[in-house]
Amino acid sequence: MAAILPVSASEQTAEPRPPAPTPIRRDDRLGDRVFAVLTTGAALITLGLLLGILLSLVAGAIPSMREFGLSFLWTAEWDPVKERFGGLVMIYGTLVTSIIALLIAVPVSFGIAIFLTELSPGWLRRPLGTAIELLAAIPSIVYGMWGLLVFAPIFSDYLQIPLQNAFGDVPGFGALFQGPPVGIGILCASVILAIMIIPFIASVMRDVFEVTPPMLKESAYGLGATTWEVVWRIVLPYTKAGVIGGIMLGLGRALGETMAITFVIGNVNQLNSVSLFDAANSITSALANEFSEANPGSLHEASLIQLGLILFLITFVVLTASKVLLARLERAEGGRS
Amino acid sequence: MSAAMAANAQRMAAHRRRKLVNIIALSLSLTAMAFGLVWLIWILADTVVRGIGGLSIAIFTEMTPAPNVEGGGLANAIYGSMVIVGLATLIGTPIGVLAGVYLGEYGQRTLLGNVTRFVNDILLSAPSIVIGLFIYAVIVAKTRTFSGFAGVLALALIVIPVVVRTTENMLQLIPNQLREAAYALGAPKWRVITLVTLKAARAGVVTGVLLAIARISGETAPLLFTALSNQFWSMDLSEPMANLPVTIFKFALSPFENWQKMAWTGVFLITLGVLALNIIARVMFRKKD
Repeated sequence: MAAILPVSASEQTAEPRPPAPTPIRRDDRLGDRVFAVLTTGAALITLGLLLGILLSLVAGAIPSMREFGLSFLWTAEWDPVKERFGGLVMIYGTLVTSIIALLIAVPVSFGIAIFLTELSPGWLRRPLGTAIELLAAIPSIVYGMWGLLVFAPIFSDYLQIPLQNAFGDVPGFGALFQGPPVGIGILCASVILAIMIIPFIASVMRDVFEVTPPMLKESAYGLGATTWEVVWRIVLPYTKAGVIGGIMLGLGRALGETMAITFVIGNVNQLNSVSLFDAANSITSALANEFSEANPGSLHEASLIQLGLILFLITFVVLTASKVLLARLERAEGGRS
Repeated sequence: MSAAMAANAQRMAAHRRRKLVNIIALSLSLTAMAFGLVWLIWILADTVVRGIGGLSIAIFTEMTPAPNVEGGGLANAIYGSMVIVGLATLIGTPIGVLAGVYLGEYGQRTLLGNVTRFVNDILLSAPSIVIGLFIYAVIVAKTRTFSGFAGVLALALIVIPVVVRTTENMLQLIPNQLREAAYALGAPKWRVITLVTLKAARAGVVTGVLLAIARISGETAPLLFTALSNQFWSMDLSEPMANLPVTIFKFALSPFENWQKMAWTGVFLITLGVLALNIIARVMFRKKD
């Protein structure tokens, strides 16, 4: 969304023109009409896509909604044989992995954004920024396979077992670190997710930090503020909405991530403990694993589609919040992204 | 006197503390940067080290092997991926460019324009597996068979928002004088757009398309229940079609050593291709700057 204010004024004068001195050729007028119809049609297709996705998911989920009603949301039972389905385990898995991923990714992204905007020498900014963005370009299946075959064993040896030894016996808190430290599980999935969303959050943070007026920063420096004080008390308050928007964008990405999670979460439908080491399931991994095995038209399939619908609605809300927040900063800035 | 000295000492202490906090914060920032880079290097190094060994002519000429059978390649998967990605790009690009033109040239501030822009941004980040569910519901469930064509459509739907976004952004960068000059010469709007603004924005639009190709080349989730996969060479778009991401998924999770090894080679190829596309796109766009 670039600035449109100064541009549109002149655009207005260019568009509705007085009758041309020479008669417009008929094929030109036809061309204009055809082209307008084509572009509007393409825009409508894009629009219809969202509607189509929503409608098809709702239609597919109707049998399950009728059978289980709202209790689908808090029932943990998932039994294709007895045809009893509840989404709690998957919804829990999706939310918990995404939230832990945010807890890891937000401070790291913040640090990266500070580095890129305040610390890095000018010539390093571009290559380092690109390197971080390339993390987002790596396909999620690569993260998944790497996470399962390379990262999980190392994660188990050097993080899970020490954590368990250190905190496993602490009452209450220790329950988080119970269970077999085999690598794959909720915590491992969260770490992989965190790596995947860092580039999204970091690049939004960097972009919004850059819109802070230099005058503000220089005034603070002039009063003797340290770099950290400028970032924490000037830049961050000024860009708050944008920063939260970036975090929401990362959250939206994390919620919908499929392949990486499917590899490392363990795909076990259980919710017996709060342990972060236990294998679990998420909405996306349940879909990836079970959907093509479910019989067409069965309640199993409808329940999976309902999970997809729930996921879509959650991400829709999160992404909308992200957009609204980013737009607010943009408006304050007069239109820069 | 002593009160002044005490105040001074206090101020010095505060100053030292602020300095210390600053140094700690900036060190943490540096650590965060290093943390990010370590993952990139670690993942890339592993894909190269584990994948490059399996590379051979056979990978590109022979079919996917049976479990625990030596030899074989990924030819059907690579070919299938190219067809699916190629067709998806061919379908998605024109729609994306046209919708981007609408947003950039017709509907800057109309209701339809604003709503479409919003919806497009949502689609850009929407979970891709949901796109797979959608295509499953409207195509696969109706035709009662997984098919390469369903996979093509699923990926095309992912191409559209990427291309819409970049096309619109690029059109906004075109100075308005260019449009006015063309109008002044009596050119109708569609000629102004096709011959002047789109042409000027060409490099940016191509960049968008390249990024879209990079994005869909690695997409696995939307193919799982659309194109599925195929053990054999399949040219028929109305049947399940082999493709690289789903083959990697299947092979990587299998207990068979030769399959896992081949999965690494596939991961290496995909990562190489996707990163190359990303870097080409960036270099191209920077030249335009």
